[in-house]
Amino acid sequence: MTVALRLGFVPLVDAAPLIVAEAMGFAEEEGLALDLVAAPSWSTLRDLLAVGQVAAAQMLAPVPVALALGLGGTARFEVLSVLNLNGNAVGVSTAVAARMQGHDFMLSDARAAGLALLEAAGQGLRIGVPFAFSMHNELVRYWLEGLGHGLPKGLEIVTVPPPLMADALAAGEIDAFCVGEPRGSVAVERGAGVLLLPTSAIWAAAPEKVLAVREGWAEADPALAGRLIRAIWRAGRWLGREANLTVAAEVLATRLGVSAELVERGLTGRLLIASDGAERLVPGFLRFDDGAAGFPWRSQAAWIGARLARRHGLDATQAQTAAAAVFRSDLYRLHLGLAGADLPAASAKVEGSLVQPTPVASSRGKLILPPDQFYDAQVFDPGLAG
Amino acid sequence: MTRRLSIIVVEKDRDRALMIVDGLREAGDHQVLVIADELGLARRISESNPDLVLIDAGNPSRDAIEELTLASAPMQRPVAMFVDESDGALTQAAIEAGVSAYVVAGLSANRIKPVIDAAIARFHLMQKMRVELAETRRALEERKVIDRAKGIVMRAKGIGEDEAYALMRKAAMDQGKKLAEVAQALVTAAELLK
Repeated sequence: MTVALRLGFVPLVDAAPLIVAEAMGFAEEEGLALDLVAAPSWSTLRDLLAVGQVAAAQMLAPVPVALALGLGGTARFEVLSVLNLNGNAVGVSTAVAARMQGHDFMLSDARAAGLALLEAAGQGLRIGVPFAFSMHNELVRYWLEGLGHGLPKGLEIVTVPPPLMADALAAGEIDAFCVGEPRGSVAVERGAGVLLLPTSAIWAAAPEKVLAVREGWAEADPALAGRLIRAIWRAGRWLGREANLTVAAEVLATRLGVSAELVERGLTGRLLIASDGAERLVPGFLRFDDGAAGFPWRSQAAWIGARLARRHGLDATQAQTAAAAVFRSDLYRLHLGLAGADLPAASAKVEGSLVQPTPVASSRGKLILPPDQFYDAQVFDPGLAG
Repeated sequence: MTRRLSIIVVEKDRDRALMIVDGLREAGDHQVLVIADELGLARRISESNPDLVLIDAGNPSRDAIEELTLASAPMQRPVAMFVDESDGALTQAAIEAGVSAYVVAGLSANRIKPVIDAAIARFHLMQKMRVELAETRRALEERKVIDRAKGIVMRAKGIGEDEAYALMRKAAMDQGKKLAEVAQALVTAAELLK
Protein backbone atom coordinates (compact mmCIF):
# COMPACT_ATOMS: atom_id res chain seq x y z
CA MET A 1 0.00 0.00 0.00
CA THR A 2 1.27 3.43 -0.93
CA VAL A 3 1.65 5.92 1.88
CA ALA A 4 1.56 9.67 1.24
CA LEU A 5 4.33 11.64 2.92
CA ARG A 6 4.87 15.40 2.86
CA LEU A 7 8.48 16.52 2.74
CA GLY A 8 9.71 20.08 3.00
CA PHE A 9 12.65 21.53 1.09
CA VAL A 10 14.23 24.82 0.13
CA PRO A 11 14.70 25.16 -3.64
CA LEU A 12 18.45 24.60 -3.90
CA VAL A 13 20.57 22.16 -5.91
CA ASP A 14 21.27 20.08 -2.81
CA ALA A 15 17.57 19.35 -2.35
CA ALA A 16 18.34 16.88 -5.15
CA PRO A 17 17.99 13.66 -3.11
CA LEU A 18 14.41 14.56 -2.16
CA ILE A 19 13.45 15.74 -5.65
CA VAL A 20 15.11 12.76 -7.34
CA ALA A 21 13.53 10.29 -4.90
CA GLU A 22 10.15 11.59 -6.00
CA ALA A 23 10.82 12.16 -9.71
CA MET A 24 12.89 9.06 -10.52
CA GLY A 25 10.68 6.54 -8.73
CA PHE A 26 12.85 5.69 -5.71
CA ALA A 27 10.07 6.71 -3.35
CA GLU A 28 7.52 4.75 -5.34
CA GLU A 29 9.71 1.63 -5.09
CA GLU A 30 9.35 1.94 -1.32
CA GLY A 31 5.61 2.52 -1.57
CA LEU A 32 5.83 6.22 -0.79
CA ALA A 33 3.98 9.00 -2.57
CA LEU A 34 6.06 12.06 -1.77
CA ASP A 35 4.43 15.47 -1.70
CA LEU A 36 7.28 17.99 -1.86
CA VAL A 37 6.57 21.34 -0.26
CA ALA A 38 8.92 24.21 -1.19
CA ALA A 39 9.60 26.53 1.76
CA PRO A 40 10.51 30.18 1.28
CA SER A 41 12.97 30.27 4.19
CA TRP A 42 14.76 28.02 6.66
CA SER A 43 12.82 29.40 9.62
CA THR A 44 9.55 28.59 7.90
CA LEU A 45 10.72 25.09 7.01
CA ARG A 46 11.80 24.54 10.62
CA ASP A 47 8.35 25.64 11.81
CA LEU A 48 6.54 23.48 9.23
CA LEU A 49 8.45 20.48 10.54
CA ALA A 50 8.03 21.48 14.19
CA VAL A 51 4.23 21.66 13.96
CA GLY A 52 3.93 18.57 11.77
CA GLN A 53 2.88 20.20 8.50
CA VAL A 54 5.62 18.12 6.90
CA ALA A 55 6.79 14.72 8.13
CA ALA A 56 10.43 15.24 7.24
CA ALA A 57 12.52 18.01 5.78
CA GLN A 58 15.78 18.92 4.18
CA MET A 59 17.54 20.92 6.87
CA LEU A 60 20.79 22.81 7.38
CA ALA A 61 22.99 20.43 9.38
CA PRO A 62 23.51 22.89 12.28
CA VAL A 63 19.77 23.50 12.87
CA PRO A 64 18.97 20.19 14.65
CA VAL A 65 22.22 20.53 16.61
CA ALA A 66 21.45 24.12 17.66
CA LEU A 67 17.95 23.11 18.77
CA ALA A 68 19.41 20.32 20.88
CA LEU A 69 21.56 22.96 22.59
CA GLY A 70 18.53 25.19 23.24
CA LEU A 71 19.46 27.64 20.50
CA GLY A 72 17.02 28.99 17.93
CA GLY A 73 13.76 27.47 19.16
CA THR A 74 12.15 24.87 21.33
CA ALA A 75 11.52 22.18 18.70
CA ARG A 76 13.59 18.99 18.83
CA PHE A 77 14.74 17.33 15.62
CA GLU A 78 16.69 14.21 14.76
CA VAL A 79 18.90 13.58 11.75
CA LEU A 80 18.21 10.36 9.84
CA SER A 81 20.87 10.87 7.18
CA VAL A 82 23.19 13.40 5.64
CA LEU A 83 21.83 14.51 2.27
CA ASN A 84 25.09 15.93 0.95
CA LEU A 85 28.59 17.06 1.78
CA ASN A 86 29.52 20.63 0.81
CA GLY A 87 28.11 22.30 -2.30
CA ASN A 88 28.44 25.94 -1.20
CA ALA A 89 30.66 28.63 -2.60
CA VAL A 90 32.06 31.90 -1.33
CA GLY A 91 31.72 34.73 -3.84
CA VAL A 92 32.77 38.36 -3.76
CA SER A 93 31.31 41.47 -5.33
CA THR A 94 32.84 42.61 -8.60
CA ALA A 95 34.19 45.65 -6.74
CA VAL A 96 36.07 43.46 -4.24
CA ALA A 97 37.20 41.12 -7.03
CA ALA A 98 38.67 44.10 -8.89
CA ARG A 99 40.88 44.78 -5.87
CA MET A 100 42.11 41.16 -5.86
CA GLN A 101 44.16 41.37 -9.07
CA GLY A 102 47.04 39.38 -7.63
CA HIS A 103 44.83 36.39 -6.77
CA ASP A 104 44.48 33.49 -9.21
CA PHE A 105 40.84 32.52 -8.42
CA MET A 106 41.74 28.85 -8.82
CA LEU A 107 39.14 27.94 -6.16
CA SER A 108 41.54 25.56 -4.45
CA ASP A 109 43.69 27.36 -1.88
CA ALA A 110 41.60 28.57 1.05
CA ARG A 111 44.49 30.32 2.76
CA ALA A 112 45.56 32.29 -0.31
CA ALA A 113 41.95 33.18 -1.13
CA GLY A 114 41.26 34.27 2.44
CA LEU A 115 44.35 36.46 2.74
CA ALA A 116 43.62 38.06 -0.63
CA LEU A 117 40.04 38.75 0.45
CA LEU A 118 41.07 40.34 3.75
CA GLU A 119 43.59 42.55 1.98
CA ALA A 120 41.06 43.65 -0.62
CA ALA A 121 38.31 44.24 1.93
CA GLY A 122 40.36 46.60 4.07
CA GLN A 123 38.66 47.74 7.27
CA GLY A 124 35.16 46.37 6.96
CA LEU A 125 34.02 43.07 5.50
CA ARG A 126 30.36 42.15 5.36
CA ILE A 127 29.59 38.58 4.41
CA GLY A 128 26.08 37.30 3.72
CA VAL A 129 25.09 33.79 4.78
CA PRO A 130 21.64 32.18 4.42
CA PHE A 131 20.94 31.50 8.08
CA ALA A 132 22.44 32.01 11.52
CA PHE A 133 22.63 28.24 12.07
CA SER A 134 24.27 27.06 8.87
CA MET A 135 27.50 25.46 7.74
CA HIS A 136 27.96 28.60 5.64
CA ASN A 137 28.23 30.62 8.84
CA GLU A 138 30.40 28.03 10.62
CA LEU A 139 32.80 27.46 7.73
CA VAL A 140 33.24 31.16 6.92
CA ARG A 141 34.14 31.82 10.55
CA TYR A 142 36.44 28.78 10.74
CA TRP A 143 38.16 29.86 7.53
CA LEU A 144 38.72 33.52 8.42
CA GLU A 145 39.78 32.98 12.02
CA GLY A 146 42.31 30.37 10.96
CA LEU A 147 44.16 32.89 8.77
CA GLY A 148 45.57 34.93 11.61
CA HIS A 149 44.63 35.53 15.18
CA GLY A 150 40.89 35.18 15.60
CA LEU A 151 38.21 36.77 13.46
CA PRO A 152 39.29 39.88 11.55
CA LYS A 153 38.22 43.21 13.03
CA GLY A 154 35.32 44.84 11.25
CA LEU A 155 33.93 41.50 10.05
CA GLU A 156 30.15 41.36 9.94
CA ILE A 157 28.35 38.16 9.09
CA VAL A 158 24.74 38.91 8.22
CA THR A 159 21.80 36.76 7.21
CA VAL A 160 20.66 37.32 3.64
CA PRO A 161 17.98 35.07 2.12
CA PRO A 162 19.57 33.17 -0.82
CA PRO A 163 17.12 34.52 -3.43
CA LEU A 164 18.20 38.05 -2.43
CA MET A 165 21.94 37.29 -2.29
CA ALA A 166 22.76 38.57 -5.79
CA ASP A 167 20.69 41.72 -5.16
CA ALA A 168 22.39 42.41 -1.84
CA LEU A 169 25.80 41.99 -3.48
CA ALA A 170 24.87 44.26 -6.40
CA ALA A 171 23.42 46.88 -4.01
CA GLY A 172 26.61 46.91 -1.92
CA GLU A 173 24.78 45.68 1.19
CA ILE A 174 27.38 42.92 1.45
CA ASP A 175 30.93 42.52 0.08
CA ALA A 176 30.86 38.74 -0.14
CA PHE A 177 28.61 35.77 0.42
CA CYS A 178 28.68 32.10 1.15
CA VAL A 179 25.70 30.37 -0.43
CA GLY A 180 24.51 27.08 -1.89
CA GLU A 181 24.09 26.47 -5.60
CA PRO A 182 22.46 27.64 -7.78
CA ARG A 183 22.52 30.98 -5.95
CA GLY A 184 26.27 31.52 -6.36
CA SER A 185 26.05 30.84 -10.09
CA VAL A 186 22.98 33.07 -10.34
CA ALA A 187 25.03 35.94 -8.87
CA VAL A 188 27.79 35.17 -11.39
CA GLU A 189 25.32 35.02 -14.24
CA ARG A 190 23.89 38.40 -13.31
CA GLY A 191 27.35 39.92 -13.25
CA ALA A 192 27.01 40.77 -9.55
CA GLY A 193 29.63 38.40 -8.16
CA VAL A 194 32.79 36.42 -8.75
CA LEU A 195 33.30 32.99 -7.15
CA LEU A 196 36.28 32.81 -4.84
CA LEU A 197 36.21 29.55 -2.92
CA PRO A 198 34.10 26.41 -2.59
CA THR A 199 33.49 25.39 1.02
CA SER A 200 35.00 22.00 0.16
CA ALA A 201 38.35 23.84 0.14
CA ILE A 202 37.76 24.82 3.78
CA TRP A 203 36.66 21.39 5.01
CA ALA A 204 36.76 18.62 2.41
CA ALA A 205 33.99 16.57 4.07
CA ALA A 206 31.70 19.12 5.68
CA PRO A 207 28.15 17.85 6.22
CA GLU A 208 25.79 20.33 4.58
CA LYS A 209 22.10 19.40 4.47
CA VAL A 210 20.50 16.60 6.44
CA LEU A 211 17.23 14.70 6.43
CA ALA A 212 15.52 15.84 9.63
CA VAL A 213 12.40 14.63 11.43
CA ARG A 214 10.78 15.52 14.75
CA GLU A 215 12.28 13.77 17.75
CA GLY A 216 10.62 10.40 18.16
CA TRP A 217 9.00 10.35 14.70
CA ALA A 218 11.29 7.68 13.26
CA GLU A 219 10.87 5.36 16.22
CA ALA A 220 7.10 5.81 16.38
CA ASP A 221 6.78 4.23 12.93
CA PRO A 222 10.03 2.41 12.16
CA ALA A 223 8.70 0.83 8.97
CA LEU A 224 7.80 4.21 7.49
CA ALA A 225 11.08 5.76 8.58
CA GLY A 226 12.93 2.89 6.95
CA ARG A 227 11.13 3.39 3.66
CA LEU A 228 11.96 7.10 3.69
CA ILE A 229 15.63 6.60 4.56
CA ARG A 230 16.05 3.95 1.85
CA ALA A 231 14.30 6.01 -0.84
CA ILE A 232 16.49 9.03 -0.11
CA TRP A 233 19.62 6.88 0.07
CA ARG A 234 18.90 5.30 -3.33
CA ALA A 235 18.31 8.76 -4.79
CA GLY A 236 21.68 9.85 -3.39
CA ARG A 237 23.37 6.79 -4.87
CA TRP A 238 21.82 7.60 -8.26
CA LEU A 239 23.08 11.18 -7.97
CA GLY A 240 26.54 9.84 -7.20
CA ARG A 241 26.90 8.52 -10.74
CA GLU A 242 28.21 11.19 -13.05
CA ALA A 243 26.31 9.76 -16.03
CA ASN A 244 23.02 10.67 -14.34
CA LEU A 245 23.80 14.31 -13.70
CA THR A 246 22.49 15.68 -17.01
CA VAL A 247 19.10 14.11 -16.35
CA ALA A 248 19.28 15.25 -12.72
CA ALA A 249 19.89 18.82 -13.85
CA GLU A 250 16.78 18.70 -16.05
CA VAL A 251 14.67 17.27 -13.22
CA LEU A 252 15.92 19.87 -10.75
CA ALA A 253 15.67 22.85 -13.09
CA THR A 254 11.88 22.85 -13.12
CA ARG A 255 11.67 22.61 -9.32
CA LEU A 256 14.26 25.31 -8.75
CA GLY A 257 13.07 27.71 -11.43
CA VAL A 258 16.48 28.15 -13.04
CA SER A 259 18.01 26.72 -16.23
CA ALA A 260 19.37 23.17 -16.32
CA GLU A 261 22.71 24.57 -17.44
CA LEU A 262 22.99 26.59 -14.23
CA VAL A 263 21.97 23.61 -12.08
CA GLU A 264 24.55 21.43 -13.81
CA ARG A 265 27.41 23.67 -12.70
CA GLY A 266 26.74 22.90 -9.05
CA LEU A 267 26.03 19.21 -9.67
CA THR A 268 29.23 18.61 -11.62
CA GLY A 269 31.49 21.09 -9.84
CA ARG A 270 32.27 22.79 -13.13
CA LEU A 271 31.86 26.35 -11.94
CA LEU A 272 32.07 29.48 -14.01
CA ILE A 273 33.85 31.93 -11.70
CA ALA A 274 32.63 35.11 -13.43
CA SER A 275 30.15 35.95 -16.17
CA ASP A 276 33.04 36.55 -18.57
CA GLY A 277 35.46 34.34 -16.70
CA ALA A 278 37.00 30.93 -16.84
CA GLU A 279 35.52 27.60 -15.80
CA ARG A 280 37.06 25.75 -12.86
CA LEU A 281 36.56 22.08 -12.13
CA VAL A 282 36.21 21.52 -8.39
CA PRO A 283 36.41 17.78 -7.59
CA GLY A 284 34.19 16.94 -4.62
CA PHE A 285 32.39 20.30 -4.78
CA LEU A 286 29.08 18.62 -3.92
CA ARG A 287 28.90 14.97 -2.85
CA PHE A 288 25.80 12.85 -2.40
CA ASP A 289 27.08 9.32 -2.22
CA ASP A 290 30.71 8.23 -2.43
CA GLY A 291 32.57 7.31 0.73
CA ALA A 292 29.46 6.89 2.90
CA ALA A 293 28.51 10.54 2.30
CA GLY A 294 25.01 9.87 3.65
CA PHE A 295 26.19 8.41 6.94
CA PRO A 296 25.32 10.72 9.85
CA TRP A 297 28.62 10.61 11.74
CA ARG A 298 28.27 11.47 15.40
CA SER A 299 31.58 13.31 15.09
CA GLN A 300 30.17 15.67 12.45
CA ALA A 301 27.42 16.69 14.86
CA ALA A 302 29.96 17.01 17.68
CA TRP A 303 32.06 19.38 15.55
CA ILE A 304 29.04 21.60 14.93
CA GLY A 305 28.10 21.38 18.63
CA ALA A 306 31.61 22.37 19.70
CA ARG A 307 31.61 25.38 17.37
CA LEU A 308 28.18 26.56 18.55
CA ALA A 309 29.11 26.03 22.20
CA ARG A 310 32.22 28.15 21.83
CA ARG A 311 30.39 31.04 20.20
CA HIS A 312 27.42 30.96 22.56
CA GLY A 313 29.30 30.36 25.77
CA LEU A 314 28.01 26.85 26.49
CA ASP A 315 29.82 23.96 28.11
CA ALA A 316 31.82 22.28 25.34
CA THR A 317 31.65 18.68 26.57
CA GLN A 318 27.93 18.77 27.25
CA ALA A 319 27.27 20.46 23.91
CA GLN A 320 29.24 17.83 21.99
CA THR A 321 27.43 14.99 23.72
CA ALA A 322 24.00 16.54 23.14
CA ALA A 323 24.90 17.27 19.52
CA ALA A 324 26.20 13.77 18.79
CA ALA A 325 22.96 12.23 20.04
CA VAL A 326 20.97 14.08 17.37
CA PHE A 327 22.73 12.41 14.43
CA ARG A 328 21.02 9.02 14.54
CA SER A 329 23.68 6.79 13.02
CA ASP A 330 21.99 3.90 14.88
CA LEU A 331 18.76 4.36 12.90
CA TYR A 332 20.73 4.72 9.67
CA ARG A 333 22.38 1.36 10.36
CA LEU A 334 19.10 -0.25 11.32
CA HIS A 335 17.33 0.77 8.12
CA LEU A 336 20.13 0.51 5.58
CA GLY A 337 21.99 -2.56 6.82
CA LEU A 338 19.84 -4.95 4.80
CA ALA A 339 19.42 -2.58 1.85
CA GLY A 340 22.99 -3.07 0.71
CA ALA A 341 24.69 0.02 2.07
CA ASP A 342 28.35 -0.42 3.00
CA LEU A 343 28.23 0.85 6.57
CA PRO A 344 31.34 1.98 8.45
CA ALA A 345 32.19 -0.05 11.56
CA ALA A 346 32.54 3.11 13.65
CA SER A 347 29.95 5.86 14.15
CA ALA A 348 32.45 8.60 14.91
CA LYS A 349 35.81 9.49 13.43
CA VAL A 350 38.59 11.96 14.00
CA GLU A 351 37.42 14.66 11.59
CA GLY A 352 40.14 16.07 9.37
CA SER A 353 42.56 13.17 9.73
CA LEU A 354 42.31 11.70 6.22
CA VAL A 355 44.61 13.32 3.68
CA GLN A 356 44.06 10.63 1.05
CA PRO A 357 41.37 8.04 0.23
CA THR A 358 41.53 5.52 3.06
CA PRO A 359 39.95 2.04 3.34
CA VAL A 360 38.17 1.58 6.66
CA ALA A 361 36.42 -1.31 8.38
CA SER A 362 32.87 -1.64 7.06
CA SER A 363 29.95 -4.07 6.81
CA ARG A 364 30.77 -5.09 3.24
CA GLY A 365 34.47 -4.47 3.50
CA LYS A 366 34.72 -2.14 0.54
CA LEU A 367 34.33 1.28 2.09
CA ILE A 368 36.93 3.87 1.18
CA LEU A 369 36.60 7.22 2.89
CA PRO A 370 37.67 10.21 0.80
CA PRO A 371 39.96 12.90 2.23
CA ASP A 372 38.26 14.95 4.93
CA GLN A 373 40.94 17.46 5.87
CA PHE A 374 40.48 21.04 7.02
CA TYR A 375 42.42 23.66 5.06
CA ASP A 376 44.57 24.46 8.10
CA ALA A 377 45.37 20.77 8.77
CA GLN A 378 43.65 20.83 12.18
CA VAL A 379 41.96 17.66 13.40
CA PHE A 380 38.87 17.38 15.54
CA ASP A 381 38.73 14.45 17.92
CA PRO A 382 35.29 14.32 19.53
CA GLY A 383 36.45 11.68 21.99
CA LEU A 384 33.38 9.58 21.25
CA ALA A 385 34.02 5.88 21.62
CA GLY A 386 33.01 3.88 18.55
CA MET B 1 -3.18 49.97 32.93
CA THR B 2 -1.34 47.85 30.41
CA ARG B 3 1.17 49.57 28.23
CA ARG B 4 0.47 49.84 24.49
CA LEU B 5 2.32 47.31 22.43
CA SER B 6 4.68 48.48 19.74
CA ILE B 7 4.30 46.27 16.71
CA ILE B 8 6.29 46.16 13.47
CA VAL B 9 4.64 44.76 10.36
CA VAL B 10 7.02 43.74 7.57
CA GLU B 11 5.10 43.97 4.32
CA LYS B 12 6.09 45.29 0.91
CA ASP B 13 2.60 45.49 -0.54
CA ARG B 14 0.94 48.72 0.61
CA ASP B 15 -2.65 47.50 0.45
CA ARG B 16 -1.88 44.34 2.37
CA ALA B 17 0.04 46.29 4.98
CA LEU B 18 -2.89 48.67 5.45
CA MET B 19 -5.27 45.78 5.84
CA ILE B 20 -3.13 44.19 8.56
CA VAL B 21 -2.72 47.52 10.33
CA ASP B 22 -6.51 47.97 10.34
CA GLY B 23 -6.92 44.50 11.77
CA LEU B 24 -4.43 45.20 14.53
CA ARG B 25 -6.15 48.48 15.40
CA GLU B 26 -9.33 46.52 15.96
CA ALA B 27 -7.46 44.25 18.36
CA GLY B 28 -6.48 47.15 20.59
CA ASP B 29 -4.85 50.53 20.81
CA HIS B 30 -1.36 49.56 19.67
CA GLN B 31 1.42 51.44 18.02
CA VAL B 32 1.97 49.89 14.61
CA LEU B 33 4.88 50.59 12.27
CA VAL B 34 5.16 49.17 8.76
CA ILE B 35 8.54 48.36 7.20
CA ALA B 36 8.35 47.86 3.45
CA ASP B 37 12.04 47.84 2.52
CA GLU B 38 13.81 44.55 3.08
CA LEU B 39 17.37 45.81 2.86
CA GLY B 40 18.93 45.97 6.30
CA LEU B 41 15.71 44.63 7.80
CA ALA B 42 17.17 43.07 10.94
CA ARG B 43 19.14 46.21 11.75
CA ARG B 44 16.09 48.45 11.37
CA ILE B 45 13.97 46.21 13.54
CA SER B 46 16.51 46.07 16.33
CA GLU B 47 16.81 49.86 16.22
CA SER B 48 13.06 50.27 16.72
CA ASN B 49 13.06 47.74 19.53
CA PRO B 50 9.42 46.61 19.14
CA ASP B 51 7.47 44.23 21.37
CA LEU B 52 6.29 42.20 18.44
CA VAL B 53 7.22 41.72 14.79
CA LEU B 54 4.75 40.31 12.28
CA ILE B 55 5.90 39.02 8.90
CA ASP B 56 4.39 36.88 6.16
CA ALA B 57 5.73 33.35 6.55
CA GLY B 58 6.16 33.30 2.77
CA ASN B 59 8.64 36.14 2.93
CA PRO B 60 12.22 34.87 2.50
CA SER B 61 13.46 37.78 4.62
CA ARG B 62 12.12 36.00 7.65
CA ASP B 63 15.49 34.33 8.01
CA ALA B 64 17.14 37.71 8.47
CA ILE B 65 14.91 38.44 11.47
CA GLU B 66 15.91 35.14 13.04
CA GLU B 67 19.27 36.76 13.66
CA LEU B 68 17.58 38.92 16.29
CA THR B 69 16.87 35.84 18.34
CA LEU B 70 20.61 35.73 18.90
CA ALA B 71 21.16 39.45 19.23
CA SER B 72 22.21 39.51 22.87
CA ALA B 73 23.05 36.76 25.32
CA PRO B 74 21.57 33.69 23.64
CA MET B 75 20.15 32.10 26.73
CA GLN B 76 18.05 35.20 27.49
CA ARG B 77 16.73 35.37 23.94
CA PRO B 78 15.18 38.83 23.90
CA VAL B 79 13.24 37.85 20.82
CA ALA B 80 11.48 34.53 20.68
CA MET B 81 10.15 32.71 17.70
CA PHE B 82 6.46 32.26 17.51
CA VAL B 83 6.96 28.54 17.39
CA ASP B 84 8.20 28.79 20.98
CA GLU B 85 4.81 29.89 22.26
CA SER B 86 3.25 27.31 24.50
CA ASP B 87 -0.14 27.54 22.78
CA GLY B 88 0.27 24.87 20.13
CA ALA B 89 -3.09 25.49 18.47
CA LEU B 90 -2.36 29.19 18.07
CA THR B 91 1.04 28.39 16.56
CA GLN B 92 -0.49 25.93 14.14
CA ALA B 93 -3.19 28.42 13.12
CA ALA B 94 -0.62 31.15 12.59
CA ILE B 95 1.58 28.96 10.44
CA GLU B 96 -1.37 27.79 8.38
CA ALA B 97 -2.46 31.39 7.88
CA GLY B 98 1.06 32.40 6.91
CA VAL B 99 1.83 34.63 9.89
CA SER B 100 5.17 34.58 11.59
CA ALA B 101 5.40 36.48 14.83
CA TYR B 102 8.49 37.41 16.75
CA VAL B 103 7.64 38.09 20.33
CA VAL B 104 9.93 39.99 22.61
CA ALA B 105 10.46 38.21 25.89
CA GLY B 106 8.67 39.55 28.92
CA LEU B 107 5.29 39.85 27.25
CA SER B 108 2.62 37.60 28.68
CA ALA B 109 0.85 35.32 26.21
CA ASN B 110 -2.60 36.74 26.97
CA ARG B 111 -1.50 40.19 25.81
CA ILE B 112 -0.15 38.85 22.53
CA LYS B 113 -3.01 36.51 21.71
CA PRO B 114 -5.59 39.10 20.57
CA VAL B 115 -3.02 40.71 18.30
CA ILE B 116 -2.02 37.42 16.77
CA ASP B 117 -5.65 36.40 16.39
CA ALA B 118 -6.37 39.63 14.51
CA ALA B 119 -3.34 39.11 12.31
CA ILE B 120 -4.34 35.52 11.55
CA ALA B 121 -7.85 36.63 10.58
CA ARG B 122 -6.41 39.30 8.26
CA PHE B 123 -3.96 36.90 6.68
CA HIS B 124 -6.78 34.45 5.98
CA LEU B 125 -8.79 37.24 4.40
CA MET B 126 -5.78 38.24 2.29
CA GLN B 127 -5.27 34.69 1.12
CA LYS B 128 -8.90 34.42 0.13
CA MET B 129 -8.66 37.65 -1.85
CA ARG B 130 -5.44 36.49 -3.48
CA VAL B 131 -7.06 33.23 -4.58
CA GLU B 132 -10.12 35.06 -5.89
CA LEU B 133 -7.97 37.53 -7.79
CA ALA B 134 -5.92 34.71 -9.32
CA GLU B 135 -9.10 32.93 -10.38
CA THR B 136 -10.55 36.05 -11.95
CA ARG B 137 -7.32 36.60 -13.87
CA ARG B 138 -7.28 33.02 -15.04
CA ALA B 139 -10.89 33.20 -16.22
CA LEU B 140 -10.10 36.39 -18.13
CA GLU B 141 -7.04 34.78 -19.71
CA GLU B 142 -9.06 31.72 -20.73
CA ARG B 143 -11.75 33.89 -22.25
CA LYS B 144 -9.14 35.64 -24.42
CA VAL B 145 -7.65 32.34 -25.62
CA ILE B 146 -11.09 30.90 -26.41
CA ASP B 147 -11.96 34.01 -28.45
CA ARG B 148 -8.73 33.75 -30.43
CA ALA B 149 -9.26 30.03 -31.05
CA LYS B 150 -12.80 30.71 -32.15
CA GLY B 151 -11.52 33.24 -34.69
CA ILE B 152 -9.03 30.69 -36.03
CA VAL B 153 -11.75 28.05 -36.49
CA MET B 154 -14.10 30.56 -38.12
CA ARG B 155 -11.48 31.61 -40.67
CA ALA B 156 -10.23 28.09 -41.34
CA LYS B 157 -13.65 26.57 -41.90
CA GLY B 158 -15.56 29.61 -43.09
CA ILE B 159 -18.25 29.18 -40.46
CA GLY B 160 -20.00 31.48 -38.03
CA GLU B 161 -19.12 32.26 -34.44
CA ASP B 162 -21.73 30.07 -32.80
CA GLU B 163 -20.88 27.13 -35.01
CA ALA B 164 -17.15 27.50 -34.28
CA TYR B 165 -17.84 27.62 -30.56
CA ALA B 166 -20.06 24.53 -30.75
CA LEU B 167 -17.36 22.67 -32.69
CA MET B 168 -14.74 23.47 -30.08
CA ARG B 169 -17.00 22.52 -27.22
CA LYS B 170 -17.79 19.20 -28.87
CA ALA B 171 -14.07 18.52 -29.41
CA ALA B 172 -13.43 19.27 -25.76
CA MET B 173 -16.20 16.94 -24.60
CA ASP B 174 -15.09 14.14 -26.94
CA GLN B 175 -11.54 14.34 -25.65
CA GLY B 176 -12.51 14.80 -22.02
CA LYS B 177 -10.66 18.13 -21.91
CA LYS B 178 -11.53 21.63 -20.84
CA LEU B 179 -12.63 24.05 -23.51
CA ALA B 180 -9.75 26.33 -22.56
CA GLU B 181 -7.26 23.49 -23.12
CA VAL B 182 -8.60 22.77 -26.59
CA ALA B 183 -8.51 26.50 -27.38
CA GLN B 184 -4.93 26.78 -26.18
CA ALA B 185 -3.91 23.81 -28.33
CA LEU B 186 -5.54 25.45 -31.36
CA VAL B 187 -3.78 28.76 -30.77
CA THR B 188 -0.42 27.05 -30.27
CA ALA B 189 -0.86 24.95 -33.40
CA ALA B 190 -1.93 27.98 -35.44
CA GLU B 191 1.17 29.88 -34.35
CA LEU B 192 3.37 26.97 -35.41
CA LEU B 193 1.75 26.85 -38.85
CA LYS B 194 2.05 30.57 -39.50
